[in-house]
Amino acid sequence: MKARVHVMLKNGVLDPQGEAVRHALGSLGFEGVSGVRQGKVIELDLADGTSEATITQMCEKLLANTVIESYKVEVL
Amino acid sequence: MRAAVVVFPGSNCDRDMAVALKAAGADVTMVWHKDASLPDGVDLVAVPGGFSFGDYLRCGAIAAQSPICQAVVAHANRGGYVLGVCNGFQVLTETGLLPGALMRNSGLKFICKTVDLKVEKSDSAFTEGYNTGDIVAYPVAHHDGNYTVDDDTLSQLRDANRIAFTYCDNPNGSVADIAGVLSENRRVLGMMPHPERAVDAGHGGTDGQALFRGLLAQFATA
Repeated sequence: MKARVHVMLKNGVLDPQGEAVRHALGSLGFEGVSGVRQGKVIELDLADGTSEATITQMCEKLLANTVIESYKVEVL
Repeated sequence: MRAAVVVFPGSNCDRDMAVALKAAGADVTMVWHKDASLPDGVDLVAVPGGFSFGDYLRCGAIAAQSPICQAVVAHANRGGYVLGVCNGFQVLTETGLLPGALMRNSGLKFICKTVDLKVEKSDSAFTEGYNTGDIVAYPVAHHDGNYTVDDDTLSQLRDANRIAFTYCDNPNGSVADIAGVLSENRRVLGMMPHPERAVDAGHGGTDGQALFRGLLAQFATA
């Protein structure tokens, strides 16, 4: 089985990289981009039957830093 | 004082740290990240700067899960002293020994220069060699030194005088100009600037000497 974990900076945490991407889009002539947030997507190849609780533990212990990041697990 | 310096793949300030500690009079042992325990009788563990594990995933995240870090956390929980500099600070936040997190610099650039710091509180073993309000020059060299904590934690840090160093001219966007923070028991210090790179006239400055000498003096009198 596969799972995909989306890791994003929490709302309210300034994302300087996203902000730089937003500026770059503006200078390319794309108008109306009012915000960009940059995150990570992590794909996991897992043993069949791995529980969502186990994947959540992986996120809490390593994949996300919950001080600044939120995560979302998607079992594929 | 017996000190151990942790070495991860990608550490690059480990030997500078050892030199600085030895110059101040410490007996220094290097420990490898795969070691599951610290040498007997270690008083201080120094987690050095560098790019442990290539900064993969997040700076310090992989190092924080290494066997030696479990021993470092146990050492801190027993009341042992820990100093984390630069990547070492990032590792200590990832282990949870220190609050907050270090994010990409607000200007997005790697910053490599000497900066002025203000010693905010000198009632820890690490800052004993300074007076509160002293201005000291330490080098910084980091891409991810933008210290972030939530408002509640920031209030707690302020109320308990756990902010040890602040930047005089904030280079990286850190909240409240924070350059270094102490643990609740004041025995764990994490900081982005490098005291170990300011201990010899050849470094261009010696303001870091007082940190190591002050720390050593605590053990000499204990």
